[in-house]
Amino acid sequence: MHIKENAKNFHRFDAVWTPTVVVMDADDKERWRLEGYLPKDDFRTFLEMGLARVAFIKKDWADAERRYTAVIDNQPDSYYAPQAVYYRGVSRYSASHDAAELAKTGKVLTEQYPGNEWQLRSIPWLHEKSKTTTG
Amino acid sequence: MSVNWIKDADEALNKAKSQNKPLLIDFSAAPA
Repeated sequence: MHIKENAKNFHRFDAVWTPTVVVMDADDKERWRLEGYLPKDDFRTFLEMGLARVAFIKKDWADAERRYTAVIDNQPDSYYAPQAVYYRGVSRYSASHDAAELAKTGKVLTEQYPGNEWQLRSIPWLHEKSKTTTG
Repeated sequence: MSVNWIKDADEALNKAKSQNKPLLIDFSAAPA
């Protein structure tokens, strides 16, 4: 949509900067958003993360895991990779209810993305692992 | 690969709903 042709939709979807790209699910709900440009490969990763988020919110854990794994395998050095690792772990845990999945994910984040925001968010999972193995 | 963009937001939303597919909306101000 171009601002000159669809100005009202900019307001409707809260697009306050261009370019803005929004991923919506089939129920008209926004699931992912980008403001500004990204290089081609990073934009492809952004789109994959958006589709993964749609699957994640639908609780389609298998599809979410598959899409997050694609991001991790194809773009391991991208901005989105640590977030993909985090949510792949959540998807696996949600499917299995096995806390070991969270512990494994926390370990991967600690080893591969130390200091990253998503690694920091996973720190409690490492503690959870010790409770699981000792309790 | 070319993309056939739908310029009517409601048409796009309805199509996504009927096909149970996600929808990508691109907001631009770039010169045509």
